Amino acid sequence: MKISFTLNGRPVTRDFPPDRRVVDVLREDLGLPGTKEACGTGECGACTILVDGIPRLSCLMFAAQLAERDIITIEGLSPSEESLHPVQAAFVEAGAVQCGFCTPGMVLSTVHLLETNPQPAREEIREALSGNICRCTGYQKIVDAVELAAERQLKEGKGE
Amino acid sequence: MKIFLPLTLDELWAFWDKMPEAGIYAGGTDFMVKLREGVLKPTACICLERIPALKDIREEKDTLLIGAGASHTTLLHHPLILTHAPVLAGGLRVLGSPLIRNMGTLGGNIATASPAGDTLPALYVLDAQVILADAHETRMLPVSDFILGPGKTALKKQEIISAVRIRKTAPDTCSHYEKAGKRKAMAIAVASLASCLRLSLDGVIEEVRLAWGSIGPTIVTLPQVETALKGQRLHLGLLKEVASIVEEAVFPIDDIRASAVYRKTVAGHLLCRLAKFSPFRSEGA
Repeated sequence: MKISFTLNGRPVTRDFPPDRRVVDVLREDLGLPGTKEACGTGECGACTILVDGIPRLSCLMFAAQLAERDIITIEGLSPSEESLHPVQAAFVEAGAVQCGFCTPGMVLSTVHLLETNPQPAREEIREALSGNICRCTGYQKIVDAVELAAERQLKEGKGE
Repeated sequence: MKIFLPLTLDELWAFWDKMPEAGIYAGGTDFMVKLREGVLKPTACICLERIPALKDIREEKDTLLIGAGASHTTLLHHPLILTHAPVLAGGLRVLGSPLIRNMGTLGGNIATASPAGDTLPALYVLDAQVILADAHETRMLPVSDFILGPGKTALKKQEIISAVRIRKTAPDTCSHYEKAGKRKAMAIAVASLASCLRLSLDGVIEEVRLAWGSIGPTIVTLPQVETALKGQRLHLGLLKEVASIVEEAVFPIDDIRASAVYRKTVAGHLLCRLAKFSPFRSEGA
């Protein structure tokens, strides 16, 4: 089935089996392994992608559901190969990354959070990331990273 | 396997007529898991996510009409839900995780008919009517008649849940939803309680509606408990007394999440939380 959608800012039109899971389309057919799969049942958030700007679980979507959608994966976030998205940079600086398996999902959920709530309280950050499970960090540094990214985003918005 | 994404109900009925064995889903948060486990083996799938007619949320005179395809996130931020159905908002707030709420729908939570479904206790206390549609007609059933058992509903072949009608909560109602689980997010409830009560100015319970989740094969309502509370002054002492009626009246199961005894105790304790609405805080504490 020919499916057309936008992937990380570029139009894609290709044949995919309509019942292939989106996580498999991204990782195996399109060579974008940044999207991870852990539980395969929607509980861990490792496979998070942005669909029309909203975080969704790519392990619970069929390829057919991609049609006409705007998809952002972790690979599409940074402005260039050499630079990081501000949320990614904050994760690195705050030491919020250990094994890294949850990081793409954490970062994408954070990007959405800061778009909808630019000054989240720590409790709001925990709530917003509660569908993204991390087994390494204990979450403290992830929450620190989100606070750091929020602070910077706010300063930049004010032109400082 | 063919996946069909109808844009209108007419397209849906036409496709379903040709492929009567097709599986149907909206958010996919339960359906896709069952598919992967091999519990469901459809020959084709129909996804309802692109039918705008199923997502409408509308205010009526004394009721709200909620499209079954509205996502939990949409409902959780919707002013009509926050204003007129705070107890439902309470259930939505603790449902799954933000990711699950972005995908899952109200109709899906009802169709899954889990005794732990987080919107269900709220829908019971709001006297929800489930609106069902097939190619020819629509019918309406109270949610308590629609849900028959764990995973069992009165849904007929080639019929969908198209909408849910709930009673608007009176502005002076005390609404409370609480879920006890092993962790806050992504935890299936050990026990939950949705409650709506109205107090007179001197703190007497005039109206009370209660519905528990996860302590029986379907949502549990206890008319004898509501009767025992009605007409009484709300204070912790009364709630503790009535909680013992709750513990005797319910028959939960032992499972991996909790023992039956623990569930009984939690079911009673959840009722005691309503003491927060009491104007007589010190009494019986």
